[in-house]
Amino acid sequence: MTSIISLDNVGKQYRIRSARASYETFRDVVTEWTVGRLRRQQQETKSTEMFWALRDVNLRVAPGDVVGIIGRNGAGKSTLLKLISRITEPTTGRIELYGRVGSLLEVGTGFHPELTGRENVYLSGAILGMTRAEINRKFDEIVAFSEIERFIDVPVKWYSSGMYVRLAFAVAAHVEPEILILDEVLSVGDANFQFKSFKKLEAIRNEGRTILFVSHNMQSVIRLCKRVILLSEGKLMADGPAHEIASQYLSARLRSSAERTWDDINNAPGDNVARLRAVRVRTEQGTITDVVDIRKPVAIEMEYEVLAGGEALAPNLHVFNEDGVYLFVTGDRSTEAKPVGRYKSTVCIPGNFLAEGTISINVALTSPVAVRFNESEVVTFQVVDTFEGDSARGSYTGAIPGVVRPLLNWTTAYTPASSNPVLSLEDVSV
Amino acid sequence: MSTAVEANKVSCRSTLQNLMSVSTPEPSSLPQVNSPGKSTAVIGVDEAAALSSLLPHRRVVIEPRKGWNPVDFRELWQYRELLYFLIWKDLKVRYKQAVFGIAWVVMQPLVLTVTFTLFLGKLARVPSSGGPYALFALSGLVIWTFFSGALTSSSISLTSNAHLITKVYFPRAIIPLAAIGARFIDFIISFIILVALVIYYQIPITRSILLLPVPLAVALLLLTGLGLLLSAINVKYRDIGVAIPLLIQVWMFLSPIIYPVSLVPARYRIYYALNPLVGIIESFRAAVLSQAWDGPALAIASAISLLILIISVSVFRRMEAVFADNV
Repeated sequence: MTSIISLDNVGKQYRIRSARASYETFRDVVTEWTVGRLRRQQQETKSTEMFWALRDVNLRVAPGDVVGIIGRNGAGKSTLLKLISRITEPTTGRIELYGRVGSLLEVGTGFHPELTGRENVYLSGAILGMTRAEINRKFDEIVAFSEIERFIDVPVKWYSSGMYVRLAFAVAAHVEPEILILDEVLSVGDANFQFKSFKKLEAIRNEGRTILFVSHNMQSVIRLCKRVILLSEGKLMADGPAHEIASQYLSARLRSSAERTWDDINNAPGDNVARLRAVRVRTEQGTITDVVDIRKPVAIEMEYEVLAGGEALAPNLHVFNEDGVYLFVTGDRSTEAKPVGRYKSTVCIPGNFLAEGTISINVALTSPVAVRFNESEVVTFQVVDTFEGDSARGSYTGAIPGVVRPLLNWTTAYTPASSNPVLSLEDVSV
Repeated sequence: MSTAVEANKVSCRSTLQNLMSVSTPEPSSLPQVNSPGKSTAVIGVDEAAALSSLLPHRRVVIEPRKGWNPVDFRELWQYRELLYFLIWKDLKVRYKQAVFGIAWVVMQPLVLTVTFTLFLGKLARVPSSGGPYALFALSGLVIWTFFSGALTSSSISLTSNAHLITKVYFPRAIIPLAAIGARFIDFIISFIILVALVIYYQIPITRSILLLPVPLAVALLLLTGLGLLLSAINVKYRDIGVAIPLLIQVWMFLSPIIYPVSLVPARYRIYYALNPLVGIIESFRAAVLSQAWDGPALAIASAISLLILIISVSVFRRMEAVFADNV
């Protein structure tokens, strides 16, 4: 028994409940009351359908492991955390744990708006499993971490949302269970506080605690966890080194958005002059991809059909990051009139230029007289850094600000210390 | 979910010792990345140390629960501070914003006493079981206010604390127990007023006061049973929350609060006493007002309360596993 957490064939089944439409008008009420009755009887048999939120999960976690759990919404991540933290019980299988489990599935569990910050620290601490003595001991540290010393005796309903989450996170971060279960808790507070929270988690990790961490932010997962498990439709699909599993997941998740085609020209964006037919994201080698290595160039290809010739149509791309920041626009500068026919225009964004994150592309076709089409978020792709040391981040693993990340050459001139009037060791030894 | 808590269990300890005797490679040679399936294959110095630090901790096994689930008193005891904090929160929140604060606790039985004394005692000439009607009514209303308040708040306690149940684990029974506990604190305050009035009316305090803990204990037993049962059912069927106010009104008239048991025809009294509140209220009143005890009624009340508690605990233990899914 070398695992601090072991799951054997764990499954969780939920009954599918048909959400009945809410009553809106009197007529609806009446029809629901008469027709609905009949229908509901038929649904009775249907509603016994069960759905496995989690199925046959086997997992071993060694003490001190930091395991990231990823997967799309509904993949079973939260169910898994709820089972391990004993919030609900499994339908099948067996879970065995050693030690105290602290689950932070939200920030501010147990906070009450009428109570002061001080009172909430005690209440929330107790709910999260701390004893009064423990809270007494850590109280000053918690308050200092939250940076709200001045307001600690003010009811939290008067707090700004930033103050509220800072205090709530501070309490949660100071619970010291052997097994810490975190669900998306890093996404609170401003950038500064997020940084601080992350540092705190790294410290907890370095103390050798076992952490299970669910996040949609692949960068946090990669930074915090060495091991990542991928859930899909309730099943454990992959388990391995963080960056491998994360990029596997990203490419699987976004396959649909690396390519977009309009088979029916009548539904395609555009007008009677030109219509868009396809947009694709390709690697240097020409394969369609939605995960791009930060060091590699990426080609964006757009296909369009000119239905009425004679206009100087210029294809252009508008590039945005995940925060909606307009990174740049690039367009074909040629001014020649395009005859009727099918066109494929490609532009290459160089490697070591975009920053990590999600990039989304708008495509447009414009002429001096009109915009023929302008389609938003046609394709999206992920720029990932595999942390191999030869990207612009070098060996640094932290978060890097900035909307682009060019790899620039530095030159440093060195003036030997001997020319410095200050006495150095060499001077003495001579 | 049968949660076996086996601290320092022999099997556990011996495996851990085996673990620690596993040859310990140089820390640098430890696999830094846990590849699938291999994550536990090699246990190094750090891991063994980490595991050994777990020795004093509890082993928890989570499995689908079936059949009879005994109450984990040990765990409840470990969470006693949470019970305290939840009671404290309830009181604090309830009275923090009220201008008269804690005075409301005594207002309810006092105002009702004045009302009933006027309309029933003076106008309808309802007799008391001895002594002034006002004191008779107040003694009944003090414990009734506690009972009805605790029943109401405990039966909706799980649903109103859904945000806790779905986010963190602790023994679920703590929540209805805290609701009852907070009302018990209220009761103690209004009880002090009652004692003050007993002294004011110069009712002699005799040895019967020593038996006061008995009806209170039975009342707590009954409340625990009903609170656990109703709160658990209310998670799934919200009808409980709606039905409780009605139940409480009917129950009040079925209990000797504002009229004495002597008004009930003698041949019905045995059925009347099946209402556990009859034994509880009568004994409480007998203790405070130094009246004669109705032993059989209290015995029936105790038996019924215990029966309700046993049923409730087994229902609660079975349902609590999936509260988080339904609440």
